[in-house]
Order: sequence, then structure tokens, then C-alpha cells
Amino acid sequence: MSAVFRLTDSTLRDGSHALSHQFTVDQVRAVVRGLDAAGVPVIEVSHGDGLGGSSFNYGFSGTDEMHLLAAAVDEAEHAKIAVLLLPGIGIKEDLIRAHAVGATVARIATHCTEADISQQHISLAKELGMEAVGFLMMSHMTPPEALLEEAKKMESYGADCVYVVDSAGAMTIDDARRRVATLKDRLTCQVGIHAHNNLSLAVANSLAALEEGVDQVDGCTTGLGAGAGNCPTEVLVAACERSGYQTGVEPMSLVDVADDVVRPLKPTQGVIDGDGLMLGYAGVYGSFLLHARRAAERHGVDSKEILLELGRRQVVGGQEDMIIDVAVELERRAAEAQASQL
Amino acid sequence: MPVPCAIVGSGNIGTDLMYKLLRSDVLDLRAVVGIDPESEGLRRAREHGLVGTPEGVDWLFGDDADGIAVVFEATSAWVHRQNAPRYAEAGIRAIDLTPAKLGPAVVPTVNLDEHLDAPNVNMITCGGQATTPIVAAVRSVTDVPYAEIVSTVASKSAGPGTRQNIDEFTKTTSSCLVEVGGADHGKAIMILNPAEPPILMRNTVFCALPEGYDADAVSDAILAMEKAVAAYVPGYHLTSPPVFDEGPFATPGGPAAARVITLIEVEGAADYFPPYAGNLDIMTAAATQVGEAVARHLMEVPA
Repeated sequence: MSAVFRLTDSTLRDGSHALSHQFTVDQVRAVVRGLDAAGVPVIEVSHGDGLGGSSFNYGFSGTDEMHLLAAAVDEAEHAKIAVLLLPGIGIKEDLIRAHAVGATVARIATHCTEADISQQHISLAKELGMEAVGFLMMSHMTPPEALLEEAKKMESYGADCVYVVDSAGAMTIDDARRRVATLKDRLTCQVGIHAHNNLSLAVANSLAALEEGVDQVDGCTTGLGAGAGNCPTEVLVAACERSGYQTGVEPMSLVDVADDVVRPLKPTQGVIDGDGLMLGYAGVYGSFLLHARRAAERHGVDSKEILLELGRRQVVGGQEDMIIDVAVELERRAAEAQASQL
Repeated sequence: MPVPCAIVGSGNIGTDLMYKLLRSDVLDLRAVVGIDPESEGLRRAREHGLVGTPEGVDWLFGDDADGIAVVFEATSAWVHRQNAPRYAEAGIRAIDLTPAKLGPAVVPTVNLDEHLDAPNVNMITCGGQATTPIVAAVRSVTDVPYAEIVSTVASKSAGPGTRQNIDEFTKTTSSCLVEVGGADHGKAIMILNPAEPPILMRNTVFCALPEGYDADAVSDAILAMEKAVAAYVPGYHLTSPPVFDEGPFATPGGPAAARVITLIEVEGAADYFPPYAGNLDIMTAAATQVGEAVARHLMEVPA
């Protein structure tokens, strides 16, 4: 039976956030080997913030992502290897290098209202003969009709598929369904969904997207990813099989990859704690989680307060520097409050 | 005698620059050159008694433009590449506000006096103008093995040129951190934020620090630089004192013992742009500084 949607596993990209970008070549090989054998058609490998993301602001990679990419390409027998690139962080030269190493799918990500900064990079991907995917991050922040206009821009640049990306894990089932339905109705290219689990809705949102005919769905094995995690690939596949959606992936093999290979990397993955929930509740970019905890510790403030303030400020993906700004401000306010009591 | 000058490009940047140059004692702004007769910028130029011509850059080489010694290029990198050889041939100094980067990069508080004789100087990017001074300040008291900046601007203040060439912004800015700022390695990140009401321009500068750095000296240098930039960009300020984090950090410039983080906000002077567009204000303010330095130099040196 052929699959009704194409699955992309992003454990080795979005999961990089959960491990503070410290994946090793051996870990990458083991994950790719397992996913490839289970029949996962696309595997994404990059720094969590995309190619060129290694930095003070997002965390330095433990191993150069090009080495990780080369290991993944070498290990995969059937799966295509994808990379993520955020214009403004990564540059065209990064994509050219990734393509030379063997990546064949380029996912170009912008904030949901800023699609026009992806033109150069989507065009380049097509010139290189890669599949190009547009990735509209923080899609919850703009209404379906406005999202459609941005998606149309990406389609006009040559995107083969445009994703509704719930970076903050803030979408309700209705939010996800309406966005996917609007794009499916009006785009000629494919439509994808990338869900996070901060409100415990990642699998449900993906199933709602499938009901609207979504063509591509993302997961991360065990949910390993930014914030409280992504749509867990093995759970998604099992739920799809039970709902009558053919996945083309062997569910029991995925369960083994999850338990034997990925879960040992972060045994607590899957827990939605207060900080994780705050991301979905306040609509804050998922990868801010660990940075907010570190800043909270350094400045002696509450990480939940940091996340809520970031939500109020309407910061977008990539603005990790504002975590420090907010932490310093909260620290100062606390000191002033204390001083006024003396 | 003030030095006659013209602005090429009658869009947002050119118009904001016009208001700043009209206040100059050493530059005599005579014309704004555009290509669209309906341009708001040209209309405003005429309103202020300047020539506001839609004839394009050809006007500069006609008889009416006699004596123009300095031009400010506020078009696009592509157009500046076409125009630059003609300015050079006519002996007109070019101050380039596009990312064409044909001439050396100039940041007023760092290397204003180094390129006074260059036929063409480049103003880099808004992010470069906002952050390079801080890197140079830290570099004045310690080695900076790696510098990284994050520049976030309101979506409304980023025009189509920036959006379609975002790689040019990051690459030009990165190289400026090294070439002018003095860091061994540099990285620049640009973010667009669509929040309403629009956010003020934000810049964060991370400088890697070697073993044995003097935190007080680093802090003093940064705070002194804040004042120096604010002298010509009044809305330029730190949102908190410099933040020091102990490492170690595995940077592209090698292991660093610590880092210093400088959090900057730039509120525009609102000469023409709304106050949120500090990114555009810092470009035109810096170009004015450079233009005036060139003008003073030309007035001193007999032709």
C-alpha cells in the first residue's frame, strides 16, 4: 500500500535543540540507520536553527553540521536527506556546501509574514536541482488568509511544498485545520504540517491536517525537539495506521528506533513541564526553552516569567538574544522592588 | 565655503538623508536626483529650494550640476555599480549607502579619518553601523577572537532591496566586524520582526573574551563608545550595562574564557522615518558624519 502523505523525520535537526546542538557522528549514523530501515522517506539533518546556526545566540555545534550531514548521507540507503536554512542566519554558500555533501531537499524557513526573504534561497535550491520546501514558522501568529498570501509567494519562487509550521506549539486543532485547509484549497504545490507538542496537540493537529488532505507531515522520534518536543514520529505513525492512513513506514521498527536509539539521548523527552507549556500558552518559539532556563539561572529569575514576557513582546524565531534582555530587565526590576522595601 | 553635494536616489533613505544634510554647515546640498517625476522625495526637495530632478544620474554630468564634489548614493547596489565609474571619472567623491561595497567600509566612530582621500567609501549596513563600534571598543582593550551580532528590525522598515538580498546584509556586516571592528572572526544574523506597533531596532553584540580580560576596562570602553555613537545618533543606547558570562565557549575563533553581551536599542530621530526605523536613521546619520568629514578635508586641502 502506498503512503497517503510523505513523512519527514526531523530528529536530527529539531532534536538538535533538545541536545543543545551536541549530536555526534555516531548518534547521527545510528538514528539514520534505524529510520532508513523503517522506511522513513526523508530525514532532516542540520543545526537546530538551520545551516549556519552554530553561534553564541543559538548555541555552538559540538560537531560541524557538514560532518553530521556527510555521515547521514553515507548511512541512508533509501531516505532523502534534507537540510533547513533560515535566511538571515544561513547563507547561500551554506546550501551549496550541503548540496555538495549530498543533501537533496532544501527546507527554507521564514517567519510566517516574511516569505519574501526566501526568494534567493528557494531559487538557488531549484537551480541546484534540489527539492525546495517553504517553511512558514510561527504560523499561529497570522490568520489563514494572510498565511496563504505568504505561501503563494514561496510557491511563486519555486517551492514544491509549503509548510504550516507551529513553531510555538500554540495551535489548537481548529487553528491547524483552517490553515492547512486554506493552503490546500488555493495552492497548486504540496502542503505540509510541522507540529509541536507544547499543548499536547501535535499528533491531533497532524491528524486534522491529514483530514484536510495535507501532503507532507513532520515528526521527531520520541518527539525529540524544541520546547516540549515535536510530533513524535512513532506515535504519529501508529495513530495514522489506526486511523486508516497508510504511512509506508513500519510502525514496530520505529518503536524500536525510539526506544533503543533516541530515548537514551534524552529520557525525559515527552514530559510537558511548566516551561514547555508556557511556550504553547504564550505562543513563544520553542527553541527558546533551554536558553530561557540558562538565563533564568544566571540572573536569578523565573524562566516562566521570561517566557511570558517574550510572548508579550511578540518576539519571533531567532530572537534568542531577547531572552537575555528580558532576564536582565526582570533581575533589575526585582532588585528595584527589593530596594524600595528597605 | 561649504562643499556642494547631491543625493542620488529619492526614496526613503535619500529623503531622510536630505533633512540631515540640510542642517550641515560644511555641506551645501544642492540637488536630489531621482528617476520618478511623481516621487515624494523629489517634491520635498523642491519644497526646500533644492533641485529635485527626475532626469536620473545623467543630470550630475550636465552643466546645471557644475561644482558638485560629493554624491551620496541612496539607490541600490546594482545601480551604484553602474554609477560609480562615472563619479570617479568626473572626480566626484561617492559616499555609498548601498551594500555594493566598492570602496572601503567606514564607521564614523572607528575609522572616520582613515579614508578621507578615497574616491568611494561604503557605509556597510545599518546593523554594521550599530554594532561595529562596540566590537572596536572591546578590541581597544583586549583581543576579540570572535564577534557575533544579531540585528532585529521592524518588518515595516525593511524595504524590498534588503529583503531580496538578505545574504548581502549578513555577509557585508560579518566582514565589517573583522575588517573595521578588529575581531578575528565575525558572524552577523538578521531578523525581521512584524510586531505591531513596530519594534525599535535592536542589536545584540556578543564578543568572545580571552583569558585574563579586564571586565572593568571592557565595560568602560563599551560605555564610552555608546556616548560617542549617541553624539550623532541620539536614539542609540544600551538597554542595560554590558552583561558578562563566564565560559568556556567553543567559538569559531577558538575557545573563549568568557563573553560580553551588549544589548542596544536604536530609536530613530524621525527626520522622515517614524522613530521605530532606527536602522534607517543610523545609516543616514553615519553617512552625514562621513560626508562632513570629507567636506572639511576638501576645504582644507587646496584642489
